[in-house]
Amino acid sequence: MSIESRAPAPPAPRSKASFRERFIPFLISAVSVTVVFGLAARVVTSAQHWPRIKLQFFNLEAIQAAFPTVFRGFLTNMTVWVIALVAIAIWALVLAIFRSLNGPVLAPLKVFSILYIDLIRGIPSLLLVLLFGFGIPALQIPGLPRTGLFWGGVAMVMGYSAYAAEVYRSGMEAVHDGQRAAAKALGLSQWQTMRYAIIPQAVRNVLPALLNLAVALQKDVALLSVIGVRDAVREAQIYTARTFNYSSLIAAALLFLAATIPMARLTDYVARKDQERRFQRTV
Amino acid sequence: MQRIRIDNVTKYYGENLVLDAVDLDVGEHEVVCLIGASGSGKSTLLRCVNKLVPFDHGTIYLDDISIDDDRFKFGNELHKRVGIVFQAYNLFPHMNVLDNITLAPRKVHGVVRATAEKQALELLSMFGLDGYAGSFPERLSGGQQQRVAIVRALATQPDVLMLDEVTAALDPELIGGVLKIIRELKDKGMTMIIVTHEMGFARDVADRVCFLEGGRILEEAPPDKLLSRPEHPRTQQFLQRIIEAGRL
Repeated sequence: MSIESRAPAPPAPRSKASFRERFIPFLISAVSVTVVFGLAARVVTSAQHWPRIKLQFFNLEAIQAAFPTVFRGFLTNMTVWVIALVAIAIWALVLAIFRSLNGPVLAPLKVFSILYIDLIRGIPSLLLVLLFGFGIPALQIPGLPRTGLFWGGVAMVMGYSAYAAEVYRSGMEAVHDGQRAAAKALGLSQWQTMRYAIIPQAVRNVLPALLNLAVALQKDVALLSVIGVRDAVREAQIYTARTFNYSSLIAAALLFLAATIPMARLTDYVARKDQERRFQRTV
Repeated sequence: MQRIRIDNVTKYYGENLVLDAVDLDVGEHEVVCLIGASGSGKSTLLRCVNKLVPFDHGTIYLDDISIDDDRFKFGNELHKRVGIVFQAYNLFPHMNVLDNITLAPRKVHGVVRATAEKQALELLSMFGLDGYAGSFPERLSGGQQQRVAIVRALATQPDVLMLDEVTAALDPELIGGVLKIIRELKDKGMTMIIVTHEMGFARDVADRVCFLEGGRILEEAPPDKLLSRPEHPRTQQFLQRIIEAGRL
């Protein structure tokens, strides 16, 4: 179909602001941003110690030299991150379900969940990583993995699950009571009510909050470097120790930024969609 | 034959007495309307019948078997036979209309998906909801949502349907469509207990109207009698207020 044969598009609604009215504020902000950041850059680079700082931290040659090993380490970080995310999403949901259970028979699960969340949330992640990453391999129990990578990952999953479980729980509590009444009136069991009515709504409610946790975890996987896992931070430190140049750490930082900034934007996007959905429903 | 027999049911919410030794029988194919001010115990009475809330004393019988009997404890037989529709519809917002309706038949009563969906589509068509099977509740009007909620309650083929102020949340122009399908259900012989503020509708559809106050049934009579010539002074007062509000 040729362009000519199409019906003419309806005239676009005329914007009230003229081109000039929209262009001038944009120009002003562009100029002012350039000037302010330019001045700041000028001040920093003209500082007395700038050449040394540049050599130590922003040495392109050093960044290039360190990059392959740091990047390999970074892939380890991201692998741990992805696997941990999946494990946390599941384990935290199990904890949240345990915590929501009613009835005397299931009370032990509920108590377990409450204790777990209280204890784990009260312990610094670093301490968990040290405990699991050094402690359990040192027991040399046959049949159990002995790598710091595995147990460090377990520590991250344990720690983050406690937070994620509370997030899930808030989502479950936000589901209206009428939904439970409807499910019960239809004859659904307690578990079926959870499975078909509450959890799907709860997950949708808390997706933005869970994604925030995912962004935090994306950086916290670097904690595994303290138990000898050769991740991006560890590799960067090794390079630094050999060359007394810190540019490799900057390389690692850039890699983390390249991963976390898109994640943060995605979280913003999901949160905005969620807001719109809620707004539509209330209107 | 008595479908439902409520015998001396008493319920407290904490210290509050909400049902005070209520007796009520509902025969097969009978439609009983419960009227009364907010807080008189109408909705609580409905919720006792299908055990959404527990009660403290008395017994409720379904076909002469206590609803606390073991026969009702397993397989959710009670909820299959007694359906309820709520004022706020309470449809599942994350499921489309068809899934809302087929959830209980499939997951609770073990009907295979194809059969459940066929029955659901027939019910939808019967109640003028053709073409909405794939829609999500939030895309429907309040009246349509309430009709879907009624279809959902009917999908398990209950013997008794309880309606809890099903038109109270609807815009006036949407009420008619919902009341129409309730009338159709009456014509099909459905046994119903209806809590309503629509006195005209109660007069039209009910075989018997009960006036509740303070957790007691103060007066119980055929609609023409109770709504036109009430005996109890409290009933007279209540109806007078309704007339003054222009609702009769």
